[in-house]
Amino acid sequence: MANMLKLIKNPLSKENPIAVQVLGICSALAVTTQLKPAVVMALSVTVVVVLSNVVVSLLRNTIPSRIRIIVQLVIVSLMVILVDQFLKAFVYDVSKQLSVFVGLIITNCIVMGRLEAFALANKPLPSLLDGIGNGLGYAVILIILGFIRELFGQGSLWGYKIMPESFFEAGYVNNGLMTMPAMALILVGIIIWVHRSRNEDLCEK
Amino acid sequence: MANKESNSYIFMYSTILVVVAAAVLAVAAVGLRPFQKKNQEIEKKQQLLTAVGIENDVKNAEELYKKYFVQELAVNKKGEVISTYENETLKGEARPFNIELSKELAKGDEAMLPIFVCNQDGKTVYVVPVHGKGLYDAIWGNVAIADDLNTIVGVLFDHKGETPGLGAEITNPAFPAQFKGKQIFENDEVKLSVVKSSKKTNDTFEADAVTGATNTSNGVSNMLKDCLSNYVEYFKTLKTK
Repeated sequence: MANMLKLIKNPLSKENPIAVQVLGICSALAVTTQLKPAVVMALSVTVVVVLSNVVVSLLRNTIPSRIRIIVQLVIVSLMVILVDQFLKAFVYDVSKQLSVFVGLIITNCIVMGRLEAFALANKPLPSLLDGIGNGLGYAVILIILGFIRELFGQGSLWGYKIMPESFFEAGYVNNGLMTMPAMALILVGIIIWVHRSRNEDLCEK
Repeated sequence: MANKESNSYIFMYSTILVVVAAAVLAVAAVGLRPFQKKNQEIEKKQQLLTAVGIENDVKNAEELYKKYFVQELAVNKKGEVISTYENETLKGEARPFNIELSKELAKGDEAMLPIFVCNQDGKTVYVVPVHGKGLYDAIWGNVAIADDLNTIVGVLFDHKGETPGLGAEITNPAFPAQFKGKQIFENDEVKLSVVKSSKKTNDTFEADAVTGATNTSNGVSNMLKDCLSNYVEYFKTLKTK
């Protein structure tokens, strides 16, 4: 049981896909200008990782190793298109905002990485947990980024104004740089820095 | 089980996998289509309302559309009315709201051109949808025209794939806002255009281009010219009434 819990807990911190493995950076920079798309993107990636992990794990003994990458790709793209269709049907405005990035989950290294490294060699239940863990590990970073970028870039959270008017009257201005991908990369750098200084065993010697 | 690495097994395996995947996608696409269509309809209504300048959101767009848009028309290039939709009854072939302008424009002289009539607190506003090419992909929008059939009440533009920060700025409220009050026609020809601010000579007919997005701005200009000129004949018949 403790082993099972580790599958969820480890990717949140010591094996975090973004902060430690540095995977899935592209989408993390692109969709985090506001909190809402960041959360929806995080959920979508989690759903895709979990479902494809489980399916690949169920099929792991039948997949011919010569075409395993193609098989994984078919399964991942199937899940991504399903997620995309659901978003278009039920959260249309967010799906417009995420635009191409939903489709690009296919190329998110976290998904293929987990399939290759874990699901192909493990039973469905551990694969499910591994998928949840890595999805949440990705989600944590996206939500931190979305929170900081929306709060300081636009003075709002989830679309609601947070910064009081009196701040603006006193000369406070929204930081335009926060809405740019460049600042997101700097923030990711800072997160990695803080994370490593708290976990010294992660630092390269 | 047959040898997993044999060619025949691989062929069988991939065939079955792809067929199953395709079946799942087909079911999902068919099952979700009604919801997606509804969303697109609401978006279209929101864009029509926004062009006229009526504030709206996802929740009240349907209701406001019903309240303000009293009539939908489809006309041809000769100015004849082909179909009308009013008080939820349709006369003619197709409901103008459901016409896909991009497909119609490709048909040349037989195109059915939609026009939406809005009654805003007693004033009649005509909303004409436009569709054209930006730098990378389609651009489209709505032009709301006052009842003198010449003065612009408001416009709205949208795009599929223009560069964020450059061409995509046509959706930024500041760009459409400058069209308000401009004139479209002079002697039955479209004179409205988008030009570089340094080359601007006539404030009545010309709007400022987006800096750094010459091609998209030209696209908007051509789109307005091409689409609005289709309505010249119809507007003539309206004026003589």
